[in-house]
Order: sequence, then structure tokens, then C-alpha cells
Amino acid sequence: MSKAVIEALAARFPGDVYEPYEGVGGDDAIFVRKSEIARVCKFLKTEPAMAFHMAPYITAVDYLGLEPRFEIVYNLLSTTQNHRVRLRVKVSESDLEVPTVTGVWRGADWFERYCLDMYGIRFKGHPDPRRLLMYDEFVGHPLRKDYPLRGRQPLVPERDIQDIYRGPGPDGRD
Amino acid sequence: MASDLEVAPAIATRREEATGFFQRMVSKGLGWARKNSLWQYPFVTACCGMEYMSVSSARYDIARFGAEVPRFSPRQADLLLVVGTVNCKQAPILKRVYEQMSEPKWVIAFGVCASSGGFYDNYATVQGIDHVIPVDVYVPGCPPRPEQVLDGLMLLQRKIANQQHKLIDRGALPVLGGDHKGRP
Repeated sequence: MSKAVIEALAARFPGDVYEPYEGVGGDDAIFVRKSEIARVCKFLKTEPAMAFHMAPYITAVDYLGLEPRFEIVYNLLSTTQNHRVRLRVKVSESDLEVPTVTGVWRGADWFERYCLDMYGIRFKGHPDPRRLLMYDEFVGHPLRKDYPLRGRQPLVPERDIQDIYRGPGPDGRD
Repeated sequence: MASDLEVAPAIATRREEATGFFQRMVSKGLGWARKNSLWQYPFVTACCGMEYMSVSSARYDIARFGAEVPRFSPRQADLLLVVGTVNCKQAPILKRVYEQMSEPKWVIAFGVCASSGGFYDNYATVQGIDHVIPVDVYVPGCPPRPEQVLDGLMLLQRKIANQQHKLIDRGALPVLGGDHKGRP
């Protein structure tokens, strides 16, 4: 369905994208080099023939035992062109920092915080790198495959929130 | 809330007998009044909330038991209904709500998630709200049928009727902030 997108990516970023394949259900997917992901996303959003205005879901996968261990998956959707593409970025455990795409899609904010919370993957340049779901005192990243199955942690006391209207985020957050 | 047992002294003077009789009558009257006017605070977090709505609306009609008034301020409520899964991040909030309720107060754990964590045997879920606050009645079920909830409510009413109630309670006030099981 979106073969044209894959071809345009291969023509525009030779060497930075590799191994395209057709996934289950006919979605086209392609691997992207980690350092280029923000540039590739910017291109996919701004190019009129691509027009990927939405990133409906960004998540991470833990392939424990393989190298590189982690993978970030970007599922992109164009509402005007009606096509989808899936970008996959391999992340090594020794270097868990990935460029952020919050500058491209504002909605990627919470997805990246989710990946930070659940997998411990840091996003360089993220405006608010806090945990999304778990509390700050939580140790470890629960969706990693080496997190114990019943790894319970002690309950924590209620936190003081300085500004009840703004919540615990930093100043300048919308 | 532990049920205080009335211990009758072995030898009682006529005066003690008279005051004891009076206290028992007051306790019975207050217990009757309290069990039939339970104002609930529904702490609804998950799908059990649908069953709660079913219980409190016309078909099953919790009003028959005098518990039809949900108060959305814990200070006006005396029955805390914990309806649904409570996760670790939410546990301090539940505890705060419980502490804000004024005495006397009772707690019903509504559904297996509130009672024991249910099938959420994982990193995120409190394995039963009795890790955080004391519970009077556990209603199992995923979610429980409305009849089960009414049964639990009647059980609680029986418990309240058998408790000792005083006009003025000069007992020690509960310590806030501490954990009743000594956990942090």
C-alpha cells in the first residue's frame, strides 16, 4: 500500500534506512538508523506526498538475548494520503539514548515518556523526561523482560504537590 | 474497626447495673440508627463501578437498606466503598480519603481486585486494600453480582448493630499517617 513511501525513503536516505519488508496485514515497515530517526520523521511529515501528520503509536520492544536488545517502533499514519508506515529503530543496551521526535509530532511526548518509564530508553532533547505511569520512587523498568514477574515494590507515602493546579511538571509545560 | 465486646463485671452494684443498662440501650439505638443510614463514599476506579451503579439504581435499589446517599466528600460519609483495582500509585490517595472520613467509619472492599488484587498479580497493583486501610467486609466476585453486594451490605449492618456505640466517645483518637500494619 505504501510502497511509494518506502521507495522515497530509500532514495532520500540511502544507507540510513535498510531492510524494508511487508509486515502482517500489509503494513510496510523499514529499519532506520538511530541517529537519523528525527530527520527521517521530519521528512515524512513535511513532504506533501508523504504527509504523515500523525504518530498514532510509538512503543518499544525488548528482545532480551539479542543484540541490539531494544527496538523503538514508530507507527505513522497519514490522514490525507491514507497510508501507513512503520519505522523500527534498533537500540543497543550500551547506548540507550535516542533522538526525540517531539519536535516533529507534539503527541510523541507521552509515548516517549512511556518508553522511558517501561523500558528505560532515554530520548535526547525531550522537553519533560519524567516517568509517565509509575511513580518516581519506583526502581527499574517493569516491561523489561528481566524485570521479575512479581517484582513488587514497597508502597510510598503521598507526595506533596507544590502547585495543585499545574501538577508536578516543570515550569513552562503546557 | 474492631468490635468491642461488652465485658460484664463479675460483681456489679445497682448503680453500675443501671448505667450499664442505659449504655446498652443507647448503644442499641445508635447502632440501629447508624446501620440504617449508611452514607457511602464510592471510590470507584474500575469496571466494578458498573455493578455499583446497578446496585444503587432502581432495580436492586440499595435505598432499601438506607445506603442510597453517595457523598462525594469523604467528610460526610461513613461507609467507604472501594470499587475496583487500586494500584500502587493510587494507594496513598485511598489512604488519604479514608483518613479524611470522620468516625465512626466502615469499609467495604467491592470485588476481588479491591479484596486481594484479583488476577492483577503484578508490579503495579496493591494486593488487596487491606495493605493500606482496614476493611470490614470483603465482597468477592469479578465483578460481584448486585445480590452479593447487598448481602455484604447486610453483613455490615449486622456487624454495626452488634458493635458498641457511645453518645460521646472518649477513646483514644486514631493516629493519622501511620500504617495499621506497620508497613511504610
